[in-house]
Amino acid sequence: MSVITVENISKQYIIDHKKGKGVNTLRDVISENFRSIFGGKKDQTTITHEEFWALRDVNFSIEQGDRVGIIGHNGAGKSTMLKILSKIIQPTTGTVRIRGRVASLLEVGTGFHPELTGRENIFLNGSLLGMSRTEIKKQFDEIVAFAGVERFLDTPVKRYSSGMYVRLGFAISAHLDPEIMIVDEVLAVGDAEFQKKSLGKMRDNSASGRTVIFVSHNLTAVQALCNKTLYFEKGRLIEQGETNQVVASYLSKVSKTRLVRQWDTPEEAPGNDLVRVRRIELIPDYLDDLTHIDVRTSMKFRFEFWNMMDRANLNLSLHLNSLTGECIFNIGTQSQPYGKGLIAGECTIPGYFLNDGSYTISMMIVKDTVTPVFVMEEGITFDVEDYREGIAWYGKWPGYVRPQFPFHIKMLEPVVSES
Amino acid sequence: MKTHEVVIQPGRSERHYWRDLWRNRELLYILSMRDVTVRYKQTALGTAWGLIRPLTTMLIMVFVFSKIAKLPPDPGIPYPLMVLGGITVWTFFSTAFTQISNSVTLNSNLVTKVYFPRLIMPLSSIAISLVDFLVSLGLFILLAIWYKFIPDWHLLLLPAFILLALLASFAFGLFFAAVNVRFRDIAQLIPFIVQVGFYICPIAYSSRLVADKASEWWAPFYWANPMVGIIDGFRWSLLGEKAYFNPQSLLISVSIVLVCLTLSLYFFRKRENTFVDDI
Repeated sequence: MSVITVENISKQYIIDHKKGKGVNTLRDVISENFRSIFGGKKDQTTITHEEFWALRDVNFSIEQGDRVGIIGHNGAGKSTMLKILSKIIQPTTGTVRIRGRVASLLEVGTGFHPELTGRENIFLNGSLLGMSRTEIKKQFDEIVAFAGVERFLDTPVKRYSSGMYVRLGFAISAHLDPEIMIVDEVLAVGDAEFQKKSLGKMRDNSASGRTVIFVSHNLTAVQALCNKTLYFEKGRLIEQGETNQVVASYLSKVSKTRLVRQWDTPEEAPGNDLVRVRRIELIPDYLDDLTHIDVRTSMKFRFEFWNMMDRANLNLSLHLNSLTGECIFNIGTQSQPYGKGLIAGECTIPGYFLNDGSYTISMMIVKDTVTPVFVMEEGITFDVEDYREGIAWYGKWPGYVRPQFPFHIKMLEPVVSES
Repeated sequence: MKTHEVVIQPGRSERHYWRDLWRNRELLYILSMRDVTVRYKQTALGTAWGLIRPLTTMLIMVFVFSKIAKLPPDPGIPYPLMVLGGITVWTFFSTAFTQISNSVTLNSNLVTKVYFPRLIMPLSSIAISLVDFLVSLGLFILLAIWYKFIPDWHLLLLPAFILLALLASFAFGLFFAAVNVRFRDIAQLIPFIVQVGFYICPIAYSSRLVADKASEWWAPFYWANPMVGIIDGFRWSLLGEKAYFNPQSLLISVSIVLVCLTLSLYFFRKRENTFVDDI
């Protein structure tokens, strides 16, 4: 029996582009309309409307007891889909039919008020998520024990550590008893032990015939929890089916994003009168039969460029940036004299070095060690996927790099028991 | 297993909206409690503030309007008592009105994360004004005892006027609450409306003074104010026949409030599904 049917769901947003001001104030609307009342033409140049489809013609159905993962890049429409299923936003077209009591968990601790105590917030959050007071009272002790906040029940949550805050938030939602549970990225927070507990709790839930819909960036968690997966890209549902299959095709697609860029003639190549880039390429040394880069994969960055200066002391500088723009590292070559011609180079990025995430490589050609001749911003973008073995923790691994330095541990003095 | 099917479609609002609202009455209660609890957290005086505000306002007004401007009270009624009656119902209305108007924007974190009938927000936001009102009414009773003022049967009509003041705050507040989501100008406008209202309503003075000037060009405008009938009526039920009350003005109040309430409610319900897109 399908508990959720989604037919032709689309969601459109109109984005107003305005010169000068971004905020739509009453005055803008009034003056706009006044002008048209008095025969003036509405100002066409200042406001342009852009249509943006957050979701486009999405169709799927979910059977009872399914644990469905939703994956895709940022802005693919995953969260919009969840919000439509949760009745928070209305679709522009289409129909959704839901059978059963739904609980949506779009953030941890929805509605938590910093001034209220843990106890008060349990009731507040619980009833926002659709629990009755009697239900909350019945589960109260269990929620408190699960979150481990017994001692701080009567402390305002603004004094909680962020870990405690998250634990309390999750504990409440874990004790909901809906037929359908919608969860967005909650495992991205909290410490290791707690995440393990939460994931276990969610698995127990689905074992009891509950339907779970789970959005995550974390493919490992999706694979551990979900039997079916939907893959969204740019507002469209482009693939659905068994989790392993969908995840594999997602990974093969993401890793093919812009790993090679080539320009055949100097005229069309990026650059200037002094240098022009012919080709840049990232060549991963894929492990086994993998088709994507993960934290173990080593890579070679190759580049070729035309030098059109007669004689110049050149060196190459590579910047590897995270998607948010922080520079992870900068590496440069020695400066050497070159004449006119095609120059090639290669840099190796070892495996077990970058943490999972999205990265870009920028290349800078420098003359006389100080003057940048040409900077190619974000020449290559690539994703490093997570990989772990024997670790039952699915949270985001912290840090920019994930090295495996020598790390030893041994028992120095075993305590000999007396018996 | 009893399951009901929910259908989500563009432009379609929940078929069982009012039933849903009733089911969420616990949420209504909890959100109201949240507002009340949070209000005086980390204040040394706590709920005493609910007492201090009307008391000082009254004292200032007695000083300015009675001692300096020499405004006459209704004959046979002590001026402070008349003013406090007016302040009590006006503060009740204006606090409720302000809270309702801001209720959706203040709860924007909920609007974007959970579904519940959106009317819960304006409904729960009046809790604070109710609490303040009760405190202020208590103060009035104390003052009445001090002046040895015994209310009569008129008091039985008090709940009707309280309800009317509440309905008035909804009639105007709901509309502003919905507009406020899109245009934050409303948040700027509201303190201004409340300030103007304080002077054009019979709070520091009695409507009798206006009735005496019925031939003035502005008199009809004065009576068109729906709050005039409500405030006069409220005072009349507390202080009896000696207080000025024109039943005709009540008729105006009731009709304006009912018409506005219907329109506001319709508007709010029409807009509530798109709150999340605009907030």
